[in-house]
Amino acid sequence: MAADEGAVAVETVPGPTRRPILPKMTRPNSPPAASSRNGSPPPRLSGWGRLFQPGRQVLSEDLERLTEGAVLCRGLGRSYGDSSLPPASHPEVAGTTLADRILDFDVTSGRIRAEAGLSLFELNRLFLRKRWFTPVSPGTQFVTLGGMVAADVHGKNHHQKGCFGEHVRSLRMRIASGEIVTCSEEENRELFLATIGGMGLTGHILEVEFALEKIPSPWIWCESERIRDIDDFIRGLKEAGPDWPYTVGWIDCISRGSSMGRGILQKGRWAHPYLAPSKPPAFKKRFTVPFEFPSWVLGRPTVQAFNTLYYWKHVSRFQKGILHPDSFFYPLDMVNHWNLIYGKHGFTQYQCVMPESSGRGAARRFLELLTSKGGASFLCVIKDCGAEGRGMLSFPKPGISIALDIAVRPDTPQLIDALNELVIREEGRVYLAKDAFTRPEDFAAMEPRLAPWNQVRRRWDPEQRLKSAQSIRVLGDSE
Amino acid sequence: MKTVILGGTRGMGRAVARALVERGDSVFLLGRQSSDLEKCAKDLEHRSAGQAQVPTAICDLEDPSGFDAALDAADEALGGFDTVVITAGLFGTQEKLEEDPEFARRMLTVNFTNTVVFCENVRRRLLERGGGTLCVFSSVAGERGRKPVVLYGSSKAGLSRYLEGLDHRDREKGLVTICVKPGFVKTGMTEGLEPPPFAGTPEQVATRVVRALSRGEPEVYTPGPWRFVMMVIRCLPRFVMRKVGF
Repeated sequence: MAADEGAVAVETVPGPTRRPILPKMTRPNSPPAASSRNGSPPPRLSGWGRLFQPGRQVLSEDLERLTEGAVLCRGLGRSYGDSSLPPASHPEVAGTTLADRILDFDVTSGRIRAEAGLSLFELNRLFLRKRWFTPVSPGTQFVTLGGMVAADVHGKNHHQKGCFGEHVRSLRMRIASGEIVTCSEEENRELFLATIGGMGLTGHILEVEFALEKIPSPWIWCESERIRDIDDFIRGLKEAGPDWPYTVGWIDCISRGSSMGRGILQKGRWAHPYLAPSKPPAFKKRFTVPFEFPSWVLGRPTVQAFNTLYYWKHVSRFQKGILHPDSFFYPLDMVNHWNLIYGKHGFTQYQCVMPESSGRGAARRFLELLTSKGGASFLCVIKDCGAEGRGMLSFPKPGISIALDIAVRPDTPQLIDALNELVIREEGRVYLAKDAFTRPEDFAAMEPRLAPWNQVRRRWDPEQRLKSAQSIRVLGDSE
Repeated sequence: MKTVILGGTRGMGRAVARALVERGDSVFLLGRQSSDLEKCAKDLEHRSAGQAQVPTAICDLEDPSGFDAALDAADEALGGFDTVVITAGLFGTQEKLEEDPEFARRMLTVNFTNTVVFCENVRRRLLERGGGTLCVFSSVAGERGRKPVVLYGSSKAGLSRYLEGLDHRDREKGLVTICVKPGFVKTGMTEGLEPPPFAGTPEQVATRVVRALSRGEPEVYTPGPWRFVMMVIRCLPRFVMRKVGF
């Protein structure tokens, strides 16, 4: 190791100091560590990736009471890793989902104030037919407003509209001291900026105020295109950017060589009323995955078959037409509990952003590394990001973001390490809301903003009362 | 429909209130806390099909002396209500109720005595105007005497019998009585309990209850599978019930 002088800093960290991360997580089938009084296994919680850890969730309509003395809030648990999981020392999170009242809505400006547990699903159900839509929407509607602020979510319109945090007017929070404060650009600005993208670690978000956007119709005009390789993809995204509010790409990340990074590029905008159906979009019937699939189901052959099929399903090179907003924004929401297809070992999502400065080659280098390591993924999403948000720890920055789902196998931590190494070299960073395996030293190397953010956090929480399993794993919090 | 909801600020009552305003009904909220009521009323107004107002009044099942005033206020605001939904009630695990006899007394009084007193008040009012609908949330816990819900179950058993009797006697006169028996529903009330199979959501219950209100069904098990679960449990002989732990 010591002789390896040419390697970058992270590679020279001696092996033994890198503590293994995987064994810390308990698996659904592993025997419970300890049994509670009545003999049933202790309660466990997980993020969307189904990597379980001990913990329980307490729910109440009364969020103010619920957050008294709480260490962490959890919304709908759609972060993939351990962002919404409590620390082992205090295995209880405050679940916000029952606190979902709309407190104020201004029909002229679209300004809305609601409790943090209100879901985007509910918001869309109520407001889409009235032609109002959230300024920024992530890829699932099963998220709460509190979660959207805490992760500072971004969506298909990031290149034009930035993150959700850009559109938040104010937050009402219970801070670590127990006090309830309001923060915004004008008031407690420091807390406001640290909370946007702050993973719920700066205080408990009780209420969120932001502005909905008026849309011409509740239907989407979508044009899609089959793309040959990664370079065309990045070019296509960049070219579509100025004209299309929503752009995103799906990549077949198994194919190698000349067709590496082939996929489908989707561009969309709200349809003009004269093009859109006169009826509001109907509630779409959803499928449910009935049980946990065996782990082999999502092996390489299945993924390869799916990817090839999906690519060639787009028969003509160009397609266009009216789409149901759910099909455009939330294709995966069509299947309830789709995380069960990854089987008992669960899965993780790896999402990183590579800055513009590292050039177009960065995405190609990333895919080369991924395919050489044999990483197979159903879902690989590519998106060009716009300007960095005002949130102190907000994930996106100008460049290309790539997100892929990875079934957890014994060698997954090594794969994540290798990908992280490349991302550090390219001066990119990873998204905490998706992360389950990144090492603290790697995250620190990616994130020069971590220290200033931690300083603000300490000012508002000097005794370090608020923490999560993730903050202990990655951000250096004490147990 | 012009509906009064007691307990519409929380859990299943909140979901029922939302389902009703979304289909355009007029709703009047009764609850214990004015600030909570106000927020819930605002929420309902923003969800309503039109820009309906949702008036409110204080009413606490622990204080029967306030029932008349609360129902008067509802009558005035709605111009004579035709439907009353009661979802309010107290819950405690058997352990907690045994540890705290005062809480057990309160629970028994609220869930049975005071709920029945409230229903009687509503019954008189509705019969005077030629009828209406009284929909009360009881529980599947009242179907059999069971080990984990000896006290809570008995309060709900009494309530279920009262509602059944009322329905038999007054349906001819135009008063429709609906007894809702929710199985395990994931709300703040059941928090901390391990959800059994067929655990439902408040929204599921609300959809079912709204349908029952339109059809005037006398008895509603919700979520659906609980009808069959309870059918089996009702048939179990005593010696089996004594052996099993549920």
